[in-house]
Amino acid sequence: MLSRIAESLFWIGRYLERAEDTSRLLEVHLTLLLEDPVVDEEATSEVLLRVMGIDDEASPDHQTVLQLLGWDETSMTSMVAAFYGARESARRSRETVSLEMWEAINTTWNMMRGNRLQHVPAHRACQLVRERCAVVGGLADATMTHDEGWQYMMLGRQLERVDMTSRIIESAAYNADSPYAWTQTLRACGAHHAFIRAYRGAATDAQAAEFLLLNQLFPRSVLVSLQGAEEALGELEAGTAGRRTAVTGEAVRALGRARAELEFGSLEETMANLPERMSRLQRTCSAVNDAVSTHYFDGAGQSVWRAGVR
Amino acid sequence: MTGAFTDYPTTPSIFDETVSAEGAVRPGYDQITRQFEDFGLEDVRNRGEYVSKSYHDQGVTFDYEGEERPFPLDIVPRVIDADTWSHVEAGVAQRVTALEAFLADIYGPMQIITDRVLPRHIVTTSSHYHRVAFDIQPLNGVRVHVSGIDLIRDGDGTFRVLEDNVRIPSGVSYVLTNRRAMTSTLPEVVGTHRIRPVAAYPSRLLRALRAAAPSGITDPEVVVLTPGPYNSAYFEHSLLARLMGCRLVEGRDLVTQGGRVMMRTTHGLQPVHVIYRRVDDDFLDPVAFRNDSVLGCPGILNAARAGNVTIANAVGNGVADDKLMYSYVPDIIRYYLGEEPILPNVDTWRLEDPGHREEVLDRLDELVLKPVDGSGGKGIVIGPQASKDELDQLRRTVTASPRGWIAQPVVQLSTVPTMVDDGLRPRHVDLRPFAINDGEKVWVLPGGLTRVALGEGELIVNSSRGGGSKDTWVLSGDGRRTRVEPRAQRQVQIGTAPQVALKRSEAEPAEQEQQQQQQGGTSEAGAGC
Repeated sequence: MLSRIAESLFWIGRYLERAEDTSRLLEVHLTLLLEDPVVDEEATSEVLLRVMGIDDEASPDHQTVLQLLGWDETSMTSMVAAFYGARESARRSRETVSLEMWEAINTTWNMMRGNRLQHVPAHRACQLVRERCAVVGGLADATMTHDEGWQYMMLGRQLERVDMTSRIIESAAYNADSPYAWTQTLRACGAHHAFIRAYRGAATDAQAAEFLLLNQLFPRSVLVSLQGAEEALGELEAGTAGRRTAVTGEAVRALGRARAELEFGSLEETMANLPERMSRLQRTCSAVNDAVSTHYFDGAGQSVWRAGVR
Repeated sequence: MTGAFTDYPTTPSIFDETVSAEGAVRPGYDQITRQFEDFGLEDVRNRGEYVSKSYHDQGVTFDYEGEERPFPLDIVPRVIDADTWSHVEAGVAQRVTALEAFLADIYGPMQIITDRVLPRHIVTTSSHYHRVAFDIQPLNGVRVHVSGIDLIRDGDGTFRVLEDNVRIPSGVSYVLTNRRAMTSTLPEVVGTHRIRPVAAYPSRLLRALRAAAPSGITDPEVVVLTPGPYNSAYFEHSLLARLMGCRLVEGRDLVTQGGRVMMRTTHGLQPVHVIYRRVDDDFLDPVAFRNDSVLGCPGILNAARAGNVTIANAVGNGVADDKLMYSYVPDIIRYYLGEEPILPNVDTWRLEDPGHREEVLDRLDELVLKPVDGSGGKGIVIGPQASKDELDQLRRTVTASPRGWIAQPVVQLSTVPTMVDDGLRPRHVDLRPFAINDGEKVWVLPGGLTRVALGEGELIVNSSRGGGSKDTWVLSGDGRRTRVEPRAQRQVQIGTAPQVALKRSEAEPAEQEQQQQQQGGTSEAGAGC
């Protein structure tokens, strides 16, 4: 597989997951503002923006959040920008992604381009993005061969899921004084129903965190996502057996270390400094991203033509 | 209710392909016009909108100045009957064969110049004659793997060649997508005609490319080289790559090592054998051409010269489709093939000839002037539509570089009914049939791309100037589809019915009844409280 195509597929995976998770996060944030009568809009919004890496916004309200995480095509963190990223990557690898998947992506983009989402009620817009991402993911799963390219897409998706889930949990940790914080966090991960069923209703904040971090069966838990990423890397590694293992090793090692820390560390310890642990997970994701891209995407035979030198 | 063809106007000096000057429907179109009348204008319009919607969602676009635009497809197909087509087909194949021989000659022995059929300077002053390509021998003798010959029909309905494209002709992807769109939008019409299929194009192209592979390679790696997603024809590049199952590479994916071209993959470098390139000569190899190009791959031409890789179409083909060379093509056909040209040219004045120049400069306001190496309709000046300032400017430009220009009479292109705001109206069309040369035979795709100028009276059909396209139907036989007798009766086994959870659904009625009673009980009790 061409390195450039592999990179595009990897980023389709990441961007699609990011668009979906951002829409979930946004929807839950809006609900929280409505449902909790004592919530401080500015403080909560600020937490959310900080968690998403925006810290230069003075006194944000829900409109600012909607703009920055929702509609704004120029803001790096918005769901529209994330989807645009997926669409551009798919356009660059259009002969590799399946026809149906491309059409689903393109149709979705036509629905949201040119600020169209702004004219839809915010909840409806978030739902639309979430559902369309599911459609794209489902079509990819059903119509593409699960070959090397697919593994890159899965790797990107799982990595992004770890990153975004850790951000969602981080925001809950900062909002812990609100009685709805963890319920909303579970909803943001689409895990509320699954959690209620697993813990039979009577549950504490710690259990909610445990569920999101460590559940073995819920597909969006951090643990399962880390395992998924490891699995995808393993498959890719198998394809390049015996070559430059040291470099890929770095990615595998970082993932494995993060997983082991989570799996075999004590929950109390994790809970005690949750925000710090979550940002460490995010750093792991970016380290893995860099290792994978140096190894697979721009490693082989790069040469530079210098114009004008003969 | 107004019919689809109510008040369809015709002009005596212009050939309308559907309705003759007397107002009678031409053969080939009789069935379609009847069916369109039955649909009514409103239905036809709705179907047209459905086509543009589906093109929008599928991303069938071309890029214009960095912006993706949909390529409008008109709802009325253009029909060419079997006899007319066989004439066109033979003419196109003849032309390509002659151009192929011509290229082999001028990048080699130059016999045509020795024999004084063609003045030497015509070749050597062409900006597309590349000395670096001299004596590169293609392995199966093919330089023009793919070509597109632009045809028009003049006032009498005669097909004439307007332009040859033997560098990187584009547009074939729209032929493929147009047919699919028509099949889903006008099933009743498609279903009652015998239309020659176009879907074989990608496999034909792949076969021709594989046949051109360097010797000793049994399973060649064929790639499509694109300038990238911002190129106007990127949609086409990705479609062809997908349909041929080839990789779509960009210049930065390729490297040359030791006279071989390799591509960068996640498993290291892998060799490439045939490059179907959609990058212009100028950008293909910074070592040989523009040294600031980032679209090509340094060293690719050396690899081709060494016979390790095949570039399709070959480098330097542009010398043959230069518009000045165009005026010599009838002579070229006679010289190499000893035949008369089947398809005539449009009359052309060469401005570098002093006699011609004088005549043209006198009649500048009634002729069309074209730059010899322009494409996409760029730089063309239509005399009758130009202002005085434009003509004065043109006069100065032409006098300064006469080699750069040719002049042609204003040809009234033929018209075909086209859906516009006022209903179905005649609009000018041209036709670009595509030919593939695999070294044994020149195959012409039945049909080709019909481009239509959507403005009233507009003569430039290029998509970059707001043109649209039409599906082109080449009819087979009398064009009517009849039921074909099945060759042999086949025994069809009766399969088992799909499984369902039968037991449960049998139990349900009784259970449902009880559940309902239960509910009724509680609500009554509630009401009683």
